[in-house]
Amino acid sequence: MKITATGLALTAGLATFATAALAQELPAPVKARQGQFNILAINLGILGDMARDKAPYDAEAAQMAADTIVAVSMINEAPLFREGTSEMDLNGTRAKAEIWDDWNGFAEKWAGLGSAAAQLQQVAAAGPEELGPALGQLGGACKACHDTFRAPE
Amino acid sequence: MRRLFGFLLLVALLAAGAVWMISAPDPLPAAEFAADAGGDPARGQTIFTAAGCASCHHAPESEDKLLLAGGQRFPSEFGTFTAPNISPHPQQGIGAWSLHDFANALLRGVSPEGRHYYPAFPYTSYIRMEPQDVVDLWSYIRTLPASDAASQPHGLRFPFNLRRGLGLWKQLYLEPAWVLASAEDETLRRGRYLVEALAHCGECHTPRDALGGLQRDAWLSGGPAPDGTGRIPALTPDALSWSHEDIAYYLETGFTPDYDSAGGHMVEVIDNFARLPAEDRDAVAAYVKALPAPAPD
Ligand code: HEC
Ligand code: HEC
Ligand code: HEC
Repeated sequence: MKITATGLALTAGLATFATAALAQELPAPVKARQGQFNILAINLGILGDMARDKAPYDAEAAQMAADTIVAVSMINEAPLFREGTSEMDLNGTRAKAEIWDDWNGFAEKWAGLGSAAAQLQQVAAAGPEELGPALGQLGGACKACHDTFRAPE
Repeated sequence: MRRLFGFLLLVALLAAGAVWMISAPDPLPAAEFAADAGGDPARGQTIFTAAGCASCHHAPESEDKLLLAGGQRFPSEFGTFTAPNISPHPQQGIGAWSLHDFANALLRGVSPEGRHYYPAFPYTSYIRMEPQDVVDLWSYIRTLPASDAASQPHGLRFPFNLRRGLGLWKQLYLEPAWVLASAEDETLRRGRYLVEALAHCGECHTPRDALGGLQRDAWLSGGPAPDGTGRIPALTPDALSWSHEDIAYYLETGFTPDYDSAGGHMVEVIDNFARLPAEDRDAVAAYVKALPAPAPD
């Protein structure tokens, strides 16, 4: 009897361990794409705080943040969105299956991010008043893609 | 035995009659909104934007958000609803309607033929609209382009395909009173009007019971998405720690305080609010910050 109970506890423990391990082990392309989105968010944060007067405006820092966003927007997305890595296939990703059903549409949204980022790059060092509208444009590009291609939490 | 049966039959008939009567549509009195002296279409446009009419009624995948051709589908556990054509087309849209018909749809959820509408059309919120706003909205909608696309039927399961039953639903859930009972200052009152009447935030952010009615005692406390894809976040202070400015900024740009960007159905709401005056985003933020924490269950 005792053995059975211990056995059960052990099995349960192993099962928990296995799920925890599974949740950790996202394929490298998924980790990489999530990382790139976080780089976008961090740099937007630098610019957004300046635009909202939550941080002092610093032309050099603003330019570097905008340059970084442009650099990320030039990353080729295809290798990061490999077949079989949608939210239907894996836990821990919010990439919708629609990305693969409509790859051209997805690529178009990524290109939209590229042009908004290029605009921002032009004006980032020109003063805090310029940041607001350019960030609005960029935010529009993020939303437009999340609207159709990212699943809710 | 015969007598008992007769008696039971009578009770059953009376009950059925009573159900039939209380499920009858309750339209506006004929005298209300009878004369259409014309409203202010510019004001109407702001109301249209805040109320998000285009979000549901524009054609699916269309870039032209002002062509209210309908056709978007809204899956739910009762079946799939399809938004109808509400463009000013005289046959396929609502071009032949009177102001009275329009007011009946928004304020009573009743069609010109006297049938109930499904609350997938959020008249459960619009019922709180000011009469003048209905007039101005009507004058604006009539300036929009007409579409000759025919409205598509809903795909609902029995018994939800029977409209008459909605009369009982309305008895249970159609409630014109404000949820946030007291709103002291002007900003908070404006915020309450935007949230509870026009922008119908509660239709997504409030959990529903088994019959699809909003749980007013769990107002804006989040819940499963009606189409079964994930959860909609809570806006109550136990769950949302954002500042007043964070909420207003999110409604303008879609950026969260850590600069993630909004997705899903919230995107249409933000696209609308970005076009409203800053005072309106500010008023909504004031309302959200004034929400009480939901009662523990
Ligand atoms: C072309 C589509 C697209 C664009 C443009 C886009 N995103 Fe995303 N974003 C996604 C997808 C898809 C995911 C989900 C990735 C996953 O979970 O595997 C995501 C996830 C995220 C995440 C969560 C990352 C994590 O840790 O899981 C953040 C933050 C984010 N995006 C921010 C942004 C910001 C800010 C912008 C605009 C500057 C932006 N995104 C533009 C598609 C896009
Ligand atoms: C959440 C989505 C949604 C929003 C927002 C919405 N509607 Fe609708 N509307 C619907 C659906 C679904 C129906 C069909 C209801 C039915 O058949 O019972 C409908 C029906 C209607 C009808 C009846 C049309 C007819 O042919 O009988 C009118 C009029 C209408 N809506 C006007 C509006 C206006 C004006 C607004 C903005 C103030 C609005 N709607 C906002 C989903 C929506
Ligand atoms: C059509 C459904 C819908 C309506 C109407 C709606 N929301 Fe949302 N809301 C959502 C969804 C879905 C999300 C999650 C967005 C995401 O996944 O990025 C959300 C997210 C939010 C968030 C962010 C919460 C968080 O913790 O991330 C806030 C704040 C918010 N909504 C406020 C409002 C307000 C205020 C209104 C009314 C003016 C409103 N919403 C109307 C569906 C809706």
